[in-house]
Order: sequence, then C-alpha cells, then structure tokens
Amino acid sequence: MIGRLGRIWLVAGYAFLYLPILTLVLFSFNESRMPTVWTGLSLRWYHAIANDDEILSAVVVSLKIAVASATTAIILGTLAAFAISRYKRFAGRTAFIAHINGPLVVPEVITGLSLLLFFVAVENAFGGISMRGMLAIWIGHTSICTAYATVVIQARLSEVDRSVEEAAMDLGCRPFQVFYLIILPAISQSLASAWLLTFTISLDDVVSTSFLSAPGSTTLPVLIFSRARLGLDPTVNAVATITVVFVGIGVTIASFLLVRQERRRALAQAAAYRQAVAAA
Amino acid sequence: MSAADLDPRAVPGVPMAPALPRPAPGAGVLRWLRGRHWGRATVIGIPFGFLVVFFSLPFLVVLKMSVSETEGVQFKDLVSFADGTLTLQFKLANYQFLVTDPLYLRTYASSVKYAALNTVFCLAIGYPFAYFMTRARATLRPILVMLVSLPFWTSYLLRIYAWKGLLDDHGVFNNLLVWLHLIDEPIKMMYTPYSMMIGMVYTYLPFMILPLYGTLVKSDPRLLEAAGDLGTTPWKAFWLITVPLSKAGIIAGSMLVFIPSVGEYVIPELLGGPQTLMIARVLWDEYFQNVDWPMASAVAVTMIGLILVPLVIFNRYQSGVGEEPGRAKAGGGAR
Repeated sequence: MIGRLGRIWLVAGYAFLYLPILTLVLFSFNESRMPTVWTGLSLRWYHAIANDDEILSAVVVSLKIAVASATTAIILGTLAAFAISRYKRFAGRTAFIAHINGPLVVPEVITGLSLLLFFVAVENAFGGISMRGMLAIWIGHTSICTAYATVVIQARLSEVDRSVEEAAMDLGCRPFQVFYLIILPAISQSLASAWLLTFTISLDDVVSTSFLSAPGSTTLPVLIFSRARLGLDPTVNAVATITVVFVGIGVTIASFLLVRQERRRALAQAAAYRQAVAAA
Repeated sequence: MSAADLDPRAVPGVPMAPALPRPAPGAGVLRWLRGRHWGRATVIGIPFGFLVVFFSLPFLVVLKMSVSETEGVQFKDLVSFADGTLTLQFKLANYQFLVTDPLYLRTYASSVKYAALNTVFCLAIGYPFAYFMTRARATLRPILVMLVSLPFWTSYLLRIYAWKGLLDDHGVFNNLLVWLHLIDEPIKMMYTPYSMMIGMVYTYLPFMILPLYGTLVKSDPRLLEAAGDLGTTPWKAFWLITVPLSKAGIIAGSMLVFIPSVGEYVIPELLGGPQTLMIARVLWDEYFQNVDWPMASAVAVTMIGLILVPLVIFNRYQSGVGEEPGRAKAGGGAR
C-alpha cells in the first residue's frame, strides 16, 4: 500500500524529527567540554547540574509557575469552553472567542511587551509596588495557556451527549449539579491532558517570560536561553536529557492511564447518572 | 477559528439548558435575578474579564506608548491640561521612522519572506509525509501520529539548541564530513539563513503534518478507485482528487506555520546570523538593548498588521467552508 518511496519518506521524516533530540541526549554523556567531540563516557555534566545553584533554583521557580499557570488555565479554560459550546447566543460572543484565541495568534514578543508595559503603568499608578517577577509571569503564562486549555476542553465538551444533561435538568438537577455530576466526569480526561499540555507550555516559555521576569524569578528556559546564546554548553545537554527522560516516563504513564480511564469512564458515568437521579 | 461555532448538535428549537426566555420587564426582574443568568454571567465573565484586563488592556497601553512623547525617562500623558486648555498630543515620529527607514522595511519584508519560505518547505515535506501516513496500516497510524506530536512534549528551546550542536563549525555534521574525508575544512553552516530555515522547518513541520493528516485520512479511497476504473493514472488521480479534497488541511496547516513564524524570535536568535533580519528580533533589541519603549511599541503595533492580513483571509475562507461544505468536493469532481 505504502510503497518504497513512502517508506523512505516516512523514515527520513522521523529521523529529521528525532535526530536532534538523540544527539542532545548522546552528548550529555560526553566527557569533553565541547559537546560535539566525543572523548569518552562521563556523568560529569550531571554532577555539574547537581551543584549548579542557578539551575536548581530556576527549576524550582519554573515548576511553581508551571503548576500555578496550568491550574489557573484549566479553570479559566473550562469556563470558556463551557461558554463557547453551551451558550450559543450572548452579547459579545464574537469578542469573547477572539479574546480566547487571541494569545494563540499574537506573537509572544508582543504579548510579553504589552503585559510588561501594562504592569509598569499599574506600578506607576499605584506607586512603588512591584508586580514584575513571578506574579507577572504567572499572569502572562495563564493567558497563553488558557487559549490552549480551551481548545482541548472544548473539543471534548462538544462531544458530550447533551441529552444526558437535559435529562438531568428535567429530573430537577440544578445547573451546578449537572456540571458537577455529569459534565465534569465526562471531560475529566481532557482536563488532565489540558493540564499536562499547559504545564509543559508554561515550563517551556522563554520569550514572554524574559520580558516579565525580575531578578530572582529566572526560570529554567530563560537561563538555558542565556547560556545557549553564548554558545554550546554541555550542562544544557544534561538538562535536556533529564527532561526527555521525564517526558518519556510521563508519556508512558499517561498512555497507560488513558486506556484504564477509558474503561472506567463508562462505569463512572453510569454511577453519576444514578446519583443524579437519586439527588432529584 | 473554532470548531464549536459549527457544532451540528445545536438543534434549533430544542430548549437547551441556559437558553431561558427573556423575562418581561419589571415583573420578571426578580425571577431574572434568581434565574440561571447569574451562573451564565459568571461562566462568561471570569475568563472574559481576565483576558480583557491582561490581554486587551495591555494592547491599549502599547498603542498609547507608541505615540507617546518621552521626556527623559518619564512619559508624558497623551492628554494634558495646562493653562486652561486641554491638549492631546500624538507623536507619530516613531511610525514615520518605521516607514521611511529602509532597515525596518527590509526587516518586514524578510520576515514575511522567511515565513513564506518556511510554509512552502513545510508543505513540500509535510504533504507527502502526511499522505504516506494515511497509506500505512490502520493499526500503525495512531502510533505514527503520536510520533509526530511527541517532540512537542520536549522543550522547544532545547530542540532548537540541539541544531546548534549539529550545525556548528565543529559540530556533528562537520566533524562527520571531515572524518569521512568528504571535506577538508568545516563548512560554515551555523548563523546563516540556511541554519535558521532548518530550525524553522524542523520546529513547524508537525504543525503542518497534523492538520494535513486530519483531512487526508478522511478522504474516501473509493473516489480514487473510481478514477482508476475510469482510466485515470494514479498520479493524475492524486492531483485531481486527493489534493483538491485536502485543501482545508493545506490552508489550516499553512496558517499554523505562517502566522507564528512571522513573529518568531528564538529560532533566528539562536540559529540565524546577522543577515537574517526578523521583525521580532528588532522589537526585542529596541526594548532590551536600546531601551526605546515607544519604538518597541510602534514595532509591535505594525507587527499586528502583518499577522492580521493572513488571519482575516483565513477566517473568511473558513466561514466559506462552513456554509458550503460540499463545494470543495463538487469542484474536485467536476473536472
């Protein structure tokens, strides 16, 4: 079916996609200071990271911001997805959708700059209080992440069978109960994937973060970016390898859970159904 | 932009939960207050409010900053009240400078050029790739799709940095070529337009492949069989049937690649050279190096224009598809 050309094209394409990651991992175990000349197997760059306070504190800052942004983003994203898919007509719906999708199309240098100038204006207006730093980064990441979270959650929400919601309503469920007992279990999987996606987006963001960060709130990507600009740095390779390992473990666990959850969802849905009926 | 606009499940006439009839004025106010509108207002209001404050309002600040007069480090207010007269001051010098200075114009042109080249390369590599993915065994396809999206989960910054190691003067490729005695001296690959293009295509290729695969996998193989039965060569059938049917995927993929690459900053900064002019880099330098906030703001405002044009075209096309879903099909078969 696929032919020889097709097979070659696919293999070459995947090689193109994965070759850089593989070399990155390989050269993190290299002894040499030049991360491209192989001199011998060594873990010295991992030792170097373990003693690199700059990297370690950047990791902590990044994780804190990523957890906060992903969590806020899925809350806002769920509300936004619900509004878009369930309220077909309200004043300003077009403007609402434009606002949700806006951060996806506006270049990050612009979102970063505009949010920074906004915070500076707020600081000037209220005299002295500094908003730049973790708070500003959190807000910046949240608006980008909300856009992605909304797309993911909305895709699932539009698949949820509306007749179940209507039935619950007919049986006397209050809107919040409908949401809590029917919609939330049905979209829980997409909430998890939206959280993971936005978590990685926040963890990876460098451009808007550079605008919004203040001394003491340097995130890992900002640090890596400043080192990568100066040239090749084997500690960056080691950091990359650690992320690849974490992502690998994460993907394996996620796909495992996904299969299991798919099986459970049917049961949970039936249970929620019964509960809703009992509540009414 | 969003799929939910075209939700086929929104059956007209069937009362959906929140769609209450509008209450009569006066008598219905109490009922309206107790009704579900509060919930609805909250659901819409919280994300809307957040984005108005932290996404739109900052834009207005940028717009204002781009026409602001600077006095030392202080920015004068646009509207000032002095000697009993209200004066509104605009300084359009920044924009004047942008349209008259050839460097800026060249940078805009080259941003569009590189973004367009990136789109063409991604399409040229990605279209056959997505097509061959659909020809693979059905059991294999989910794995192939996952393998395309998997690099998304590792840091984009690190993947671009990886190309530095591959393309450097003493990088993996040069070392390999020297070792094989194919070349005597390392070839200069890094910090050229080529290294930047490789990084761009590498980063944006999945954005092209995934929507293309999405449309190609849906196309009906019976159409190709019918064409074959009627004596069309496979190659001709591909151009007359498969390509026109995947037009929506081509446009979606091209937009997903073109729009972010116009404003790309990290790739030109890490892999590009001094001659690869990109507008986001100019904005960055105006802000971080020249500390010229009004100029950086003016660049930001004009950048929006660059992105708005393709976006409007895309939206117009998409709404056209929504109204006439059968048009592409009919057009493809009519020849």
